[in-house]
Amino acid sequence: MERWNQITRRHFFGQSAGFGIGSLALPALSNERLLAQQGTHHKPKAKNIIFLFMAGAPSQLDLFDHKPKLNQYDGQPCPEELIKGERFAFIKGVPKLLGTPHSFRKVGGNGLELSNLVPNLATIVDDIAFVKSMHTTQFNHAPAQIFMNTGHQVPVRPSMGSWLTYGLGSENKDLPGFVVLLSGKNAPDGGKSCWSSGFLPSSYQGVEFRRQGDPVLFLSNPEGMTRETRRRSLDLARDLNTAHQADVGDPEIASRISAYELAYKMQMSVPELAEIAGEPKHIHELYGTEPGKNSFANNCLLARRLVERGVRMIQLYHRGWDTHGASNDEDIVNKLTFLCRETDRAAAALIKDLKQRGLLDSTIVVWGGEFGRTPMNEARSGSKFLGRDHHARAFTMWMAGGGLKPGVVVGRTDDVGYNIAEDPVSVHDLHATLLHLMGIDHTKLTFRFQGRDFRLTDVHGELVRKLLA
Amino acid sequence: MTRLFFLVLIGAAGHAQPVLDVLKESCVGCHNEKQQAGKLRLDTLAGLTKVVVPGKSAQSLLLERLTTADPKSRMPMGGPALGAAKIEIIRKWVDAGAPGMPAASELAKKHWAYAKAVKPTAPAVKGTVRNAIDAFVLARLEKQGLSFSPEASRETLIRRASLDLTGLPPSPKEVSEFVSDGRPDAYERLVDRLLASPHFGERWARPWLDLARYADTNGYEKDRRRTMFKYRDWVINALNRNMPFDQFTIEQIAGDMLPGATNDQKIATGFHRNTMFNEEGGVDKEEAHFEVLVDRVNTTATVWLGTSLTCTQCHNHKYDPFTQRDYYSMMAFFSGVRKQVQEYGDTSQKFTEPQLDLATADQEKRRAELNAKIAALDKKLKASTPELEAEQAAWEQKTLAAFAEWKTLRPSSVKALHGATLTAGEDGAIVASGQNPQRETYVIEGSLQLDQLSGLRFEVMPHKSLPRNGPGRDIYGNFILSAVHVELNVNGKWEPLEFQRILPDDGRIDDRKNRQLWTVDASRDDVRMPRQLVFALSTPHKLPGATTVRITAEQNSDFVGQSMGHFRVSATGATDPSLVVKPRAKLRPVLEAKARTDAQKRELADFYRSIAPSLNAARSESRQLKGELDRLGIVSALVMGESPGYERPFDFIRARGGFAAKAEKVYASVPASLHPLPEDAMPNRLGLARWLVSKDNPLTARVTINRIWEQYFGRAIVETPEDFGLQGLPPTNPELLDWLATEFMDRGWDMKAMHRLIVTSAAYRQTSRVTPALLQADPYNRLISRGARFRMEAEMIRDATLAASGLLSRKVGGPSVFPPQPPGVWDIPYSDDQWIESTGEDKFRRGLYTFVRRSALYPSMVNFDATSREFCTVKRIRTNTPLQALTTLNDPAFFETAQALAKRMLAEGGESDRGKIELGFRLVAARAPKPVELDRMLSWRAKEAEYFAAHPDEAKKIGGSADGASWTMLANVLLNLDETLTKE
Repeated sequence: MERWNQITRRHFFGQSAGFGIGSLALPALSNERLLAQQGTHHKPKAKNIIFLFMAGAPSQLDLFDHKPKLNQYDGQPCPEELIKGERFAFIKGVPKLLGTPHSFRKVGGNGLELSNLVPNLATIVDDIAFVKSMHTTQFNHAPAQIFMNTGHQVPVRPSMGSWLTYGLGSENKDLPGFVVLLSGKNAPDGGKSCWSSGFLPSSYQGVEFRRQGDPVLFLSNPEGMTRETRRRSLDLARDLNTAHQADVGDPEIASRISAYELAYKMQMSVPELAEIAGEPKHIHELYGTEPGKNSFANNCLLARRLVERGVRMIQLYHRGWDTHGASNDEDIVNKLTFLCRETDRAAAALIKDLKQRGLLDSTIVVWGGEFGRTPMNEARSGSKFLGRDHHARAFTMWMAGGGLKPGVVVGRTDDVGYNIAEDPVSVHDLHATLLHLMGIDHTKLTFRFQGRDFRLTDVHGELVRKLLA
Repeated sequence: MTRLFFLVLIGAAGHAQPVLDVLKESCVGCHNEKQQAGKLRLDTLAGLTKVVVPGKSAQSLLLERLTTADPKSRMPMGGPALGAAKIEIIRKWVDAGAPGMPAASELAKKHWAYAKAVKPTAPAVKGTVRNAIDAFVLARLEKQGLSFSPEASRETLIRRASLDLTGLPPSPKEVSEFVSDGRPDAYERLVDRLLASPHFGERWARPWLDLARYADTNGYEKDRRRTMFKYRDWVINALNRNMPFDQFTIEQIAGDMLPGATNDQKIATGFHRNTMFNEEGGVDKEEAHFEVLVDRVNTTATVWLGTSLTCTQCHNHKYDPFTQRDYYSMMAFFSGVRKQVQEYGDTSQKFTEPQLDLATADQEKRRAELNAKIAALDKKLKASTPELEAEQAAWEQKTLAAFAEWKTLRPSSVKALHGATLTAGEDGAIVASGQNPQRETYVIEGSLQLDQLSGLRFEVMPHKSLPRNGPGRDIYGNFILSAVHVELNVNGKWEPLEFQRILPDDGRIDDRKNRQLWTVDASRDDVRMPRQLVFALSTPHKLPGATTVRITAEQNSDFVGQSMGHFRVSATGATDPSLVVKPRAKLRPVLEAKARTDAQKRELADFYRSIAPSLNAARSESRQLKGELDRLGIVSALVMGESPGYERPFDFIRARGGFAAKAEKVYASVPASLHPLPEDAMPNRLGLARWLVSKDNPLTARVTINRIWEQYFGRAIVETPEDFGLQGLPPTNPELLDWLATEFMDRGWDMKAMHRLIVTSAAYRQTSRVTPALLQADPYNRLISRGARFRMEAEMIRDATLAASGLLSRKVGGPSVFPPQPPGVWDIPYSDDQWIESTGEDKFRRGLYTFVRRSALYPSMVNFDATSREFCTVKRIRTNTPLQALTTLNDPAFFETAQALAKRMLAEGGESDRGKIELGFRLVAARAPKPVELDRMLSWRAKEAEYFAAHPDEAKKIGGSADGASWTMLANVLLNLDETLTKE
């Protein structure tokens, strides 16, 4: 078998020039346990990432970035110099500035103000770092989500989770190293490209846990079949496949045998981890979880369980933040309030729970969407509901955990929150910083494809030092 | 020429790419053709040579200006300095001698793909060749000191060719006939039989349908169904009939414009009607139409030119010789397609394009009859008669009188439980003020002065104290009632009263799941008016005299602060309490007006006829006939049709690609850097089609043959089949590609001839067996040093396993089908469409007939990398994941296949276990098992039978008896072997 593993390695990773540390992740393919940190460039601060992706783009101006001036100018036409030559997804003509209908209050020791919509976040504000000066290049959902995940707006590049599992492997051989959990209405607009492995081997792509029935489609054996029966059948399949490999020599067969073994292990490990009913009552109260329901809260608790089991990257998607104000159920008054009710408690609970278990030191939690929302009211087709259009120039994200400076606020926007006034942080900068915390130099984690070396940050990305503890 | 610069740089050396990215991102914004800040362009070679001294970064102005400390001259001007990492990239590149900066003479050379292919002569080679393909492949191999691998075994060959040409595995009988066929041309005969099979068209339609983004729904959020299968069947038939590729192209792009176009030729134009179509509310119809045109341009360029024109929607191409003008000139070819705009609702509009009606003669006749009857009834339903007018007058009297039969409740007490302030006026109306909590409950008490109660009513009215004048309290003036409880005080005890009907004169009712009993939109001025909600008892409740009533009205929906702002409660004992809400809220002022305008009169009369009892029979008959019309099941097809007109089709350049930013008008025309429209071609869609398949086109033949090649070898000659431009990869064997392309055209675009050439080549017939040495020498089989071996595509896996089990239906064509799929897959927002499982043979049709819903694809096929059909997809990625293992092991559809295969082994495999196992193995792998394999299976199966004998319950569920279960499990394993899922 060993000889074939070598060939498999060469098959996938043969063109070793510029290959970076990826070759260290090889045992993942040949089904050996991979220890963490083997593939790091420096001592890592964190081992896992939980990315709470708020698909649809939350309104930073109604949650985190308080702009009293915007309230003062509420209803005034937007100054022309701000929007000259600007392209919006939906706004037409000269829009009017829109103050927030929500109230803000000072929380935490750093003078940060938060909206009344996120009362639970206010209780952990000293544990988390805010970046108020995120910016992106994309202002439509699908490309912006793909950009936030892969560093490129067009599908085919590997997502951050794929790069991480490629570079670092997984610490759990019975579970995929990169898991995706969905809640809220619908899947993210960017679809599966958001967790695609792009040109990396497909074993690095995110595995989506389903919202009903088996967490992973077709995970259960056919009705009545025991695990032992399945095992015996896989033994036969493995023997026949191995015999055939010896005959035809295709290393891809070893890969298929591994995939079947992982599938078998997942049949055991996935239901066990997905069963949250056994968690104590105080934990359910903390998160607001209801076993059996598809919710963001359940997914947050599941994320903690995945981290406990060594899964490298867990990405939650909660969809619905696209509050344009075209109707009263997708506005910043009602919809934003629902979404905060669905997410605020559990997100804060996740931080508290990780902290009380001593896991927050080695886990990074990131919260944010694909872009921000405009300081202007969209008023699409004369809509009278309050809502904001897509805004790529400035938005807020928060993050906490391993190696991040707690309580810090990085960056500042102008008086109405239109442009960044201080410390811009690009998506590539964010990626560079997250990889750094995981022990990876973002310029060195590369993969050669179509004749050139690619990396998550491509030719960009600077560390955001102000975020580092 | 300058735009070629970037590509040349890339084409010459991949490592210049990061440099280009930095330049593009940070420099070219100001140093370009238009701006030329400091008279310098950095998007041309000429410009760059001014500031770069190859090998000497210290002497290069580019580095100096990027790194100087002087903020006045540091670049990028006015922006932050470039990061150290980016500067390093440039410095290293310059110091390395600026590789990729080509000599000026190279700039003049045309990119290979844009130059017309010239047929190369087959090179002399040492090895033996079967046809020209082999000479080109061998020449390449021999250069590396390699040669062909030996020919594959007969079993492997027939399985490979059958899968490649029909998508189905050979039957054991076909295998043994071929193996024992001693004629020298046995293989060629086999190939000819497969090429003539009706399943050839099905197998080769699949990749074409990915290109054509064929689906059975419209896509986007609503994703409603469309009838499109006639187009799919057209593709299958055209391929089966071996329609030459030029005709295949012309009919799909412009079949409707051919003289005397047949229905089939019109159906072919469904190619470009496969575009998605956005029906989401509030979508701008012009934008939606623009998106469709964009997709048509992009798809045409990708499929025939192997070129991504997407960049040029917004700006001139940075790499390839295409401009924004080219883009919109191409778009103009499609702008002349007939369309109609429909408006519905307040804000929604949509456009529709032609649909071809394919009614049979019988259907046609019945439809005419039904339509005539419906028209007669509709006429009756619309006509005013003296009798109806009299009825209406009586109804008006009765309704107005009904309003008078309601008594307003004078509250003795009003309370809000969560903080609002309620004030009741003299007239009984209650106004809310003060705090407006998220959720609120009002409790109102008063005395009912009636001898019987048949209905209770809320009237909710605008008020100047409310946001936007109400009638609700939320920021928009809206309100929601979540629940209402009514209790009567009987001898000092509160007794609940249940109402049987809830009737509004406006708004939505009864969404109890979301705690929205009554939801009203009053956000806009034109809908700000009083509204009523009546709670009716089916039989009146006798009251003993003045009775105290307590009404609890809750607002606890998810919406914020949506309590009523201004309202009153009234009660009645009238026999029919519903009369007052019969006219919609908007009609009430008309009904009550003393004098009506003509328009108001018409409005009221129209409404009355819609409820007039004397027209009940006519209404119900009309409804029934319309139902029958729907059920006729007339098939249609979405097709193209040209607007009549004499002007050359035109469109407008859109600044930065925005649909609304119309700039210069451009006429339909082909990209200026490619060959011109043929002399005899009109500058319209038909002309475009002819231009695509003109022999002067350097791309179409290469692009098409390259895609076909990829299906056979798993890897195309140009490994970026979607991009032949400067960003794509160069061909691994350019002579081979050009020979195939020119041969294709020389043979009159004969597709089956090309398939035959490839399949009968020695290159194709090699064994796929690989040794470590060969893996080292040619790891990706780019040189074709062996046969291809790769996992079959999603549809083929379904088809091959169903075929092995004997379940497969071989019916060709027809409406899409619904094989078993796990519940919940179609639970998507904005749709209540249901997946209703097909029955009979339609459960077991080939994969390409499975209904394609773009937003919720058939999951087992998605797991095997099927595409979403939202956009043209040239190349499916090929993954190998545990989810695929779980699918073929456990998906009930696949397990049913295993059970069927087990039955087949038992029924047709003879008496001995050995025979049964051999049959099963032959069915999936087209070969006899080797002794070691056979022995392992024999002993395994026997042991399983023992196990199941000891576990009868498990056995029963898996395969009936212990024996049945053991065979089912063996079949399950056979269907999951790597060899079964792989084309070897």
